[in-house]
Amino acid sequence: MSGRVLFAALLALLLFGGTALALEPSEKLANPVLEARAEAIGRELRCLVCQDESIEASDAPLAHDLRLLIRRRLLIGESNKQVIAYIVSRYGIFVLLDPPFLPVTYLLWLTPPALILGAGIFLAYRARRMRKSERVPALSAEEHARAKMLLGEGP
Amino acid sequence: MLVEIGQFALILAFLVAGIEGIVPLLGASSGSRALMDLCRPAALLQLALVALAFGIFIDAHIVSDFSVKSVYENSSRALPLLYKITGAWGSHKGSMLLWVFILAAYGGLVALFGNALPASLRARALGIQGLLSCGTLAFVIATSNPFARIFPVPPNGLGLNPLLQDPGLAFHPPLLYSGYVGFSITYSFAVAGLIEGRIDAAWAHFVRPWTLLAWCGLTAGIALGSWWAYYVLGWGGWWEWDPVENASFMPWLLGTALLHSLSAVEKRESLVRWTLLLAILTFGMSLVGTFLVRSGILTSVHAFALSPARGVFILFLIAAVVGGALLLYAFRAPLLEAGKPFAPVSREGAFVLNNVVLGAGMATVFLGTFYPLFVQLWSGIKLSVGPPYFDSTFVPILIPGIIAMVVGPSLAWRHGNLRRVVVRLVPAFAAALLIALLVRLFAPKASWAASGGVALAVWAMLGVATELLERAGVSRREWGDAWRRLRHLPRGTYGYSLAHFGIGMLIAGVVVSSAWRSQKIVSVRPGDSIKIAGFTLDFTGVAKKKGPDYEAERARIRVEPPHGVSYMLYPELRSYPRAGTTTNHTAIHTNGFADLYLALGKEDGKGGYVLRAFYNPLVPWIWFGAGFAAFGGLVSLADRRLRFAKKRAPAPLAARRAKAS
Repeated sequence: MSGRVLFAALLALLLFGGTALALEPSEKLANPVLEARAEAIGRELRCLVCQDESIEASDAPLAHDLRLLIRRRLLIGESNKQVIAYIVSRYGIFVLLDPPFLPVTYLLWLTPPALILGAGIFLAYRARRMRKSERVPALSAEEHARAKMLLGEGP
Repeated sequence: MLVEIGQFALILAFLVAGIEGIVPLLGASSGSRALMDLCRPAALLQLALVALAFGIFIDAHIVSDFSVKSVYENSSRALPLLYKITGAWGSHKGSMLLWVFILAAYGGLVALFGNALPASLRARALGIQGLLSCGTLAFVIATSNPFARIFPVPPNGLGLNPLLQDPGLAFHPPLLYSGYVGFSITYSFAVAGLIEGRIDAAWAHFVRPWTLLAWCGLTAGIALGSWWAYYVLGWGGWWEWDPVENASFMPWLLGTALLHSLSAVEKRESLVRWTLLLAILTFGMSLVGTFLVRSGILTSVHAFALSPARGVFILFLIAAVVGGALLLYAFRAPLLEAGKPFAPVSREGAFVLNNVVLGAGMATVFLGTFYPLFVQLWSGIKLSVGPPYFDSTFVPILIPGIIAMVVGPSLAWRHGNLRRVVVRLVPAFAAALLIALLVRLFAPKASWAASGGVALAVWAMLGVATELLERAGVSRREWGDAWRRLRHLPRGTYGYSLAHFGIGMLIAGVVVSSAWRSQKIVSVRPGDSIKIAGFTLDFTGVAKKKGPDYEAERARIRVEPPHGVSYMLYPELRSYPRAGTTTNHTAIHTNGFADLYLALGKEDGKGGYVLRAFYNPLVPWIWFGAGFAAFGGLVSLADRRLRFAKKRAPAPLAARRAKAS
C-alpha cells in the first residue's frame, strides 16, 4: 500500500466526508418537532459507508436515504425507539454510535466505573496504611523533660 | 545527486544512532568516562545527519523534483512556496521523517544543555534516546523510505491535498509531533533512572522542563488541529471523538498526569514509582498515537493487512519500547526507595486524584477507541463506539479532576488544611452558584446539566484567581504590599494559574457552545433573508472567483447583528479540479465571545444555494483556553530556565539527601 493511500485513509478519517454537505434543506420535515426528533435520531446512527460519521453529518447517498427513511417512519407515527429498532433490524448494531448494553459491550461500559471504584478502594487502603505507619509514638516523661531542656526552657 | 546524499545521510544516522545507543550504555555500566562521554558527540552527529536528510527532503519539494516519489505524490509546480515546504510533512513518509528529526533534535538538545546532569545518567538517557532513534530510523529506511525514486520522471506532481493547503494544518504536525516525540526524553530518563536504580528530586528537576516543553507543544498542536477542523470542515463542530483525535488526546491526558506527578517527585520525592510508570506509558501512547493511526488499522483492519511489513514493524517497535521498559520496571521499581508518606488531604493527595482521573479518562478513551477493533478480531461482531459513549463516560470521570485542580494548589504539601481552603473558596463558590441559578432561570433551553457545567467553569476560573491573589496575601496585607508580592510570585505559580484558568475557560466554551448553539440549514436565493439567534442575514448573491489552483463560488452576505453596525461575510465553496475535491472556506465573524459561522453549500440547480449558518456562543474560549494552558506551560518553563541559569536547585537537595541518610 502506498503512502498516498494511507494518507487518503487518514484524511478520510479526519474529514467526515469532504465538504460535509450532510443534511439538505430539501430533506427537512415541515413539522419542527418531528424534524428535531429526526435530527436527534440521525446523530445517534452511524453512516455505514463512511468513517466515523453520523448519518446526520454525512453526504453519502446511503446517509441521504437513511435520513429520508427516518423521516418517513416518524411521519407514520413511530416513536424514536421504534425507528432506531427498525434500522438496527436492517443493518445490525454497527449502526448505533451509542453502543447498547449487551454481553459484548459489558466490558466497554463497566470498565470506566470499575477503574474509578478500584482506584478509590486502593487509595483508601493505602491512606489507612500510611496513617498507621506515620503515627509517631507519644513522648515518654523522660523524653519530654529532655526536649524541654533542649528547647532552653529549663528542667 | 542531492537526494542520494539525503538517503545516505539517513543510513549513516541509523548507524550513528546505533553507536549512540550501545557505547554510552556500556560505558555507564563499566564506569568508563570516555565511553560515556561519547553520547554527546554521537547525539549531535545523529541530529546533524537527520537534519541534513530532512533539509534535502524539503529542498526536493521546493525545487519540485518529481523524480522523488513522495514529492510527485504530494506536491505540484503551481503550489505556493509555503505549501511546497509544509507539504513535505503532509505525506506518511514525510511525516515519519519529521518524527525522527524531532526525536534526534530532542536528543541533541539534551546533549547541548545537559551540562548539569550526572555523567552516567546523561550517558544512559542519551543511549536510550539513541536506541529509539535507531528503531524509528530502521522503520523509515526499511518500510517508508522518503527518498524512493520513480522513473520516468513525471512532468508535474499530483498536488497537495487542498485541505492541507491551510496555515493551520501546515503547522499542526510539527507542533503535535514536538509533543508526541518530546515525551521520548521523559521515557529515556525514566528508563535510565530505572537502570541506575535511583530516582530522586534532582532527576525530576532535570526531566520536568522537557516534559513541560513537550506538553506545551502537544496542547498547542491539538488546539490547532481542532481549530482547523472547526473553520475548514464546515460543520461548525470542533471535536468528534474520532480515532485520530483520540490518538492525540490519550498522550495528552497521560502527559498532563505525568507533569503533575513529576512535581511531587521534584518537591517531595513522593509518587516516584507511579511517575516512572506514567513516563513509560505516556511515550507508549505517543507511539500508539502516531504509528497505529498512520498504519490505518483504526480505519479498517484491512488497511493494516495491505501493508503487513509496515504493520508488523510498528507492532514490534511498540512492543519492544513499551514492553521492554515495563519489564525493566517490574524488576527495578520495587528496589526504589518508597515514597515519603502524605495525608490524603495534601498537595500530593490532589496530584493523586488528578492522576487517577486523568489515568481513568485515558483508559476510557483508549477502550472506546480500540474496543470495536478488539471485538471484531475476537468475535467478528461489528460495533461502533461514537461520541455518545465518550460523553457519558469520559465527562463524568473528569469532574473530580476539575475540583482537584482548583483546590489542590492551595493545599500544603504532606498535610493540607481542607477547611481553610474551602473557606477561602466560598466567594467563588457563591458566585458560581448565583450565575448557575441565573442561567437556569433566565437563559432559554437551560438544562440542569448545562447550568451545572457553567457553575463548574465559573467556579474553576474564580477559584484559580482567588488562589493566586491569596498567595500574594491580598486579604491579609496592605494593597501596595500585596501588589508587590503578586508581582514577585514565581513564574511557575503564574504558569500553573494561567494553565488552570485556561482549562476553566475551555470548560466554559465547551459547555456553553454545546448547550446553546443554534444552527440553520436553508436553501437561499439572491434576495432571501434568514434569521438566526437575533442576526439577520441578507443573501445578496454569489460570484465566481479564481484562485491559483481552484475555482470558487463566493457568496455575499450582509449581516445585521442584534446590536451594532452591519458587516459583510463571504463564505466560499472552492473546487480543485486537479484533485477533484471541494473544500469549504467558511466565513466566521467573532467578537471573542461568540462566533457567527457561515458555510456555503452547492448550488441546487435551480438557482438556490444551501447555506449552513451556526451561532456558536463561547466557542472562541475553547481555543483561548487551550492557548492559555499552553502559554502557562511556557511561563513555567521560563521559570525553570532561570533556575537552571542560577544552578542552585539540585545542589541543596542532594546535600539534604546526603545529610538525611
